[in-house]
Amino acid sequence: MAEIALRRPPSPGAGSYWRPLPPCARYALRVNLVDAAAAAGSALPVATAACRASVQGDWAALWLGPDEQLLIGPEPAGAAFADAVASALQGVSHSVVDVSHRQGAIEITGPHAAALVNAGCPLDLDLAATPAGFCSRTVFAKAEIVLWRRGNEHFHLEIWRSFMPYLAAFLSEVERELPGQGGSRGA
Amino acid sequence: MLLIPCPYCGVRPELEFSYGGQAHIARPQTSASAEEWAAFQYERVNTRGPHAERWRHTHGCGRFFNVVRDTTTDQILRSYRSGER
Amino acid sequence: MSGPWRSASGGSSIDRSRPVRFEFDGRPYQGFAGDTLASALLANGVHLVGRSFKYHRPRGIMAAGPEDPNALVTVRRDAARYTPNLNAAQVELYEGLMAESQNRWPSLHFDVGRINDYLSRFLPSGFYYKTFMWPRKAWHGFYEPRIRAAAGLGRAPSEPDPDTYGQRFAHCEVLVIGAGPAGLTEALAAARTGVRVIVCDEQAPPPRTSPADSAGEWHDIRAQLAVMPNVTVLARTTAFGYMPHNMVALTERLTDHLSAPLKHVPRERLWQVRAREVVLATGAIERPLVFPGNDLPGVMLAGAARTYLGRYGVLPGARVAILTANDEAYRAAVELRAAGVEVVALADLRPQVMGRLPEAARQAGMTIRTGTTTVGTRGDQHVTALGLCAIGADGTVSGAVDWIGCDTVLMSGGFTPSVHLFSQSRGKLTWDASLQVFVPGAAAENCRCVGACAGEMGADSGGSWLGALPRPEGPATGKSFVDWQNDVTAADLDLAVREGFRSIEHIKRYTTTGMATDQGKTSNLNALAIAAQRLRRAIPEVGLTTFRMPYLPVGFGGLAGYARGELFAPVRKTPMYDWAAERGAVFEPVSLWQRARYFPQPGEDMHQAVARECCNVRRACGMFDASTLGKIEVVGPDAVEFMNRMYVNNWSTLAVGRCRYGILLRDDGFVYDDGVVARTAADRFHVTTTTGGAPRVLAMMEDYLQTEWPDLKVWLTSTTEQWAVIAVQGPKARAVIELLVEDVDLANAALPHMSVARGRVCGVPALVFRVSFTGELGYEINVPADYGADVWRAVWQAGQAHGICAYGTEAMHVLRAEKGYVIVGQDTDGTVTADDAGLSWAVGKSKPDFLGLASLRRAALVDPNRKQLVGLLTSDPNVVLEEGSQITATASLRPPMKVIGHVTSSYYSAVLGRSIALALVSAGRSRMGQTLYVPTRTGESSVTVTNPVSYDPKGERLNG
Ligand SMILES: [Zn+2]
Repeated sequence: MAEIALRRPPSPGAGSYWRPLPPCARYALRVNLVDAAAAAGSALPVATAACRASVQGDWAALWLGPDEQLLIGPEPAGAAFADAVASALQGVSHSVVDVSHRQGAIEITGPHAAALVNAGCPLDLDLAATPAGFCSRTVFAKAEIVLWRRGNEHFHLEIWRSFMPYLAAFLSEVERELPGQGGSRGA
Repeated sequence: MLLIPCPYCGVRPELEFSYGGQAHIARPQTSASAEEWAAFQYERVNTRGPHAERWRHTHGCGRFFNVVRDTTTDQILRSYRSGER
Repeated sequence: MSGPWRSASGGSSIDRSRPVRFEFDGRPYQGFAGDTLASALLANGVHLVGRSFKYHRPRGIMAAGPEDPNALVTVRRDAARYTPNLNAAQVELYEGLMAESQNRWPSLHFDVGRINDYLSRFLPSGFYYKTFMWPRKAWHGFYEPRIRAAAGLGRAPSEPDPDTYGQRFAHCEVLVIGAGPAGLTEALAAARTGVRVIVCDEQAPPPRTSPADSAGEWHDIRAQLAVMPNVTVLARTTAFGYMPHNMVALTERLTDHLSAPLKHVPRERLWQVRAREVVLATGAIERPLVFPGNDLPGVMLAGAARTYLGRYGVLPGARVAILTANDEAYRAAVELRAAGVEVVALADLRPQVMGRLPEAARQAGMTIRTGTTTVGTRGDQHVTALGLCAIGADGTVSGAVDWIGCDTVLMSGGFTPSVHLFSQSRGKLTWDASLQVFVPGAAAENCRCVGACAGEMGADSGGSWLGALPRPEGPATGKSFVDWQNDVTAADLDLAVREGFRSIEHIKRYTTTGMATDQGKTSNLNALAIAAQRLRRAIPEVGLTTFRMPYLPVGFGGLAGYARGELFAPVRKTPMYDWAAERGAVFEPVSLWQRARYFPQPGEDMHQAVARECCNVRRACGMFDASTLGKIEVVGPDAVEFMNRMYVNNWSTLAVGRCRYGILLRDDGFVYDDGVVARTAADRFHVTTTTGGAPRVLAMMEDYLQTEWPDLKVWLTSTTEQWAVIAVQGPKARAVIELLVEDVDLANAALPHMSVARGRVCGVPALVFRVSFTGELGYEINVPADYGADVWRAVWQAGQAHGICAYGTEAMHVLRAEKGYVIVGQDTDGTVTADDAGLSWAVGKSKPDFLGLASLRRAALVDPNRKQLVGLLTSDPNVVLEEGSQITATASLRPPMKVIGHVTSSYYSAVLGRSIALALVSAGRSRMGQTLYVPTRTGESSVTVTNPVSYDPKGERLNG
């Protein structure tokens, strides 16, 4: 018997204000939210408001579209969680696809977090426009990301694994301009 | 760079969208004539003024939807979901 | 040490305690901190700063801001930091600055190009169009290279740019462009409401200590804004583009004013600002007067002289003659005289002058010559005299000329509102008959113009003159420039109208007026007035040319921003990339991916490596990284129906656990993509696409699903990056993987060709496909991507006992071509049907509908003479045809020849010991065995038409 393979996500290093998050479990849930609510009620951990995330325990559900949620949680419980979602949705047409390895996450924190994100992302990061809890697929320079604002100065970026080095290199380059990095004002 | 109102996500920058061409062109039945199929595939108007067109919020919710945009001013008059008029 | 051209005191921007050394054309000079290059040169008595574009005439500093058309210089820090075409009035002085003049050879003071000036009657408008058209062939070979060598301003740097450039997206409720009094007032009012305000100004921030004059009030506002958290003040920041929906592009210059670039600070930062409201406080630009010899060094705008005196303590000359049509110029007269400059003449084009400012000049003892024009200037490289002449009551000029000796001529034709950005925003301009200028009219965006930009010129700035000045009958004594930077004269505009041009847009292009890097900031209105006068039409009838971005030139570096080097574009790598790189793989880009092309062993070239890899796969086995293939999970109760409508194949008959080669057409009937599709559950398909086609196939599927068939209950999820895919191909493939695989029966009966099973490989969940793109027994192991590197290594280890090799995309191409398998995008090109490609067997002909079905009935798409995919065997087995070569039916043709097809794929097959090729040939399948011809660089190859499958035509090896 051969050795057991280990999970080796891209390792893009880290910066002063950003770091990659450890591997986790992710599912792309596709379901008509109205159907889902009728069938499963509050048993189903989904975010019902557009562009908002809902966190229940270890699991977060990110609203990405009217019938699309990204579910993120701890890896060991991943398969059981997916099964629970599927059984809660019994009788309702839906799709659950494991995308745990499709993407990774980078966390950006600190007083310059918004400036770092706005170096590549065109969204208005004023708290009135994108409050904590906001989430959306969007762009960061030439890559697509999911941007999830976890706090006023705390962003969680999901990015497909082959784009992770690009995002990391980009953040490193921008970070050099920030105060405390020998640079001038950040923006 | 336009600001486009996605019917699902709200107003977002054009960078998140892809253009989908003229709106409200229905795909004919298989039995339709060659002319109808040719019109479906190749014939488009070149409107000066309000123009109904499709956009997809590709780097957003992923939905196709419709927009009425004045081609002379780039001002967007309204947006509505696919299948609506 | 101040020198003769500094005033005794004053100069609000400079710090006289901090001298700054700099060089211009290799000669050392000294200025003060706070100087611009222009003010420092003037302070050193240097007026000649450049040569004009076409005539190489000596030119001096005419203005004190971004509108200056003459003083374009190159600033050099080192071999790589070499920036041409900077405006000396905008270059801030720093210790050690090195600047060079441009467009002169061998030197600024002696320039042989000046010959163009003396030959200028042979260089009229449209000269190039008229002269260099004959002989026609000489244009590309002879004239154009020489014209291009003589044209252009400055030289591009020869080294890569070592600086970095930043970018920011920003949002605000109010963006104020221009931090003059009007802009600052607006900014403070908006900021006090608590909304986000961005204020930008293209100039350096004024120094904190400033004389207690009227500027003090504005310093107070600046200080208030600086400490408000909702306000961002950007100095040295030019708003250069106004795009739809209130997106304004700003370029901020962060280090150009410093004596050395800072390591961690980008040289420039591009701001893309989205504002709810834009306030344009961009001011107004003083217009020069159009008279003979108005371009001599020493001729300057009156307002510029005031700026140089007030801000930099610089005296433009010792003996100043002033000619104006506007009251503001009298401020210059009074201030210069107070600073000790002799005002030798004060002339006004207007018959009567009565404003407050002229009165102040009179009270200071100056005499105003009203109703006075000029016949021109005298001087070679600097003005020495201005010829004044009275305008008669009837407007004619006939009296004696009074030549006034002077070293400076100041002029003012009034002020033109800076409506560039307003016009870029598609706002309408309206003609203000009293001001004689265009002012902002109806806005197209949510924007307002304030201050001089809106035509609010102030009570003391009456009077203006448009177009050429009146002068005596008869030939002029010199050129009257309208556009200094492009060397366009009043005579050129006359000529354009005489030659029949009527539209101002045509006149602009024919004469090139307003088309230089300054975009006609000082020239547009004068040019328009001259054209209108010659056309005998009113100015608003002739209309203004459109303002385009950028308002000022913007460097490429600033536009590129971070997108350089490794950040130019994402470089996508698979989980197995590092392993391949360690083993010396040569990579090739496939869309954004880097794929291993071949794995050369020491001493091997590509040909040898590929031959070895191919033979190894067919003899034993090989492993191939197929992770980049696009993958789409199609899930839902209507998954089968959706697949039936998208792909040509009949999916209803595909059992769970089985795979099928799927072909996707567009509705026009042409092949769009292909790939193996596995049914992994009754309501679930695992669809693969080509590497490059993955995003567009998913987008097309979403388009049809959302807009044509929204009733279908099915969802699409990209899983391209979820899976690492390891292809193991060759007769030993099963032996290699069987010890690694759990929970999957690999026996032929249990897992036959074109089937799939879930199981575990190396202990992790896997999808094991029995598929082949080589014609050999083959498997494709899909494991979650983060496990890919370890599983790949395990397969490699297990394969050692069986003689495994790693092979790349090049061997993959050869192996599939030996089997006649097409590659979409190589053997098809968007005009190839499934039948053309020999794939009609895959089409589910009984299906009621699928993409492309209706088109497949079109006569043109069933024409028996369509190009069809065939194999070609060269008569010389060692000749490898060039891909893309044309094919003819008869030998020894000379162009133009009848072409019946082209080569799509061509390789040397080491396994077959000869070359092979695939081609699209008209009615190809009816030509089996025919001899055709392929013209080559050195002659011609004869080829025989064959079946595309040249290896194992019965497909027996698939079963191992
Ligand atoms: Zn959306």
